[in-house]
Amino acid sequence: MATISSVKDPVNATLTMVAEFDAPVERVWQVWEDPRQLERWWGPPTWPATFERHRLEVGSDSTYYMTGPEGETSRGWWDITAVDAPRRLEFTDGFAKDDGERDTSIDPIRAVVTFEATATGTRMTTVSRFTDTAHLAQLEEMGMEEGMTLAMGQIEGILAGSSVGSAQSGPRSQPPRV
Amino acid sequence: MCNQMVVHKASEAEKDLIFHALADATRRDIVGRVIEREQSISSLAQRYAVSFAAVQKQVAVLERASLVHKVRHGREQVVHVNHSTIQRAADLLHTFEVLWEKRMIRIEEILAEDILADEAKGRF
Repeated sequence: MATISSVKDPVNATLTMVAEFDAPVERVWQVWEDPRQLERWWGPPTWPATFERHRLEVGSDSTYYMTGPEGETSRGWWDITAVDAPRRLEFTDGFAKDDGERDTSIDPIRAVVTFEATATGTRMTTVSRFTDTAHLAQLEEMGMEEGMTLAMGQIEGILAGSSVGSAQSGPRSQPPRV
Repeated sequence: MCNQMVVHKASEAEKDLIFHALADATRRDIVGRVIEREQSISSLAQRYAVSFAAVQKQVAVLERASLVHKVRHGREQVVHVNHSTIQRAADLLHTFEVLWEKRMIRIEEILAEDILADEAKGRF
């Protein structure tokens, strides 16, 4: 059973997640490297991801889309900014328009993933950096949070009460990102 | 509907202030400290080895962004964090926290298939 812990740093708009897996570092690296494995976990079951292009090489850009419950799609891209296989991966994850052009109206999310061998397997740490609170709020305003919440089937906490009405009249729901 | 729009506009202006307030490393550090425990302006000034006036200026920026507020305590001005503003950022981060937890679980499920496959190989 994976052990998962997290640290939220609201002042610096940074989220750190740590998971321990019972598999060697090289094997855990593969779930990021192999696009067929990556698309099995990147999106939730209701918003599965399809990576059209994906190579873990510095300077390489990945393109993907996620398909929602109504067949709607949301496109995204990664820029691979640092690779030290199988120890470290850095990339930015951004939005793209329907025609594939990058959406520059919202900052990408910056992610750093590190892999360390432990006595029983691998400790994988992901650090997601958002620009600031305004960026987090913008992601929320884009309807992403709603999409994410509906996709995950958990309507709770801060969204309680707002999901029902806006599901019909609100902005198009968006799948989750980093 | 009208109410919502007013709230929306106010929060846009608020976000600009928060953005500006947190764009500075010292101000972020001040917020980090007062989250842990309220601090007097003079103790913050000592901490950063700058003048009382300099810290007061930084705190004023944070105050305008509703990140902190000051309470007079005798001769001292004590800086307290506004938990609601910080809480908003924490709530937004929580969404991503849940998202990543689910991803980690899906990764674990993929990795668990290897063990099943190995067992199957051993058996047949």
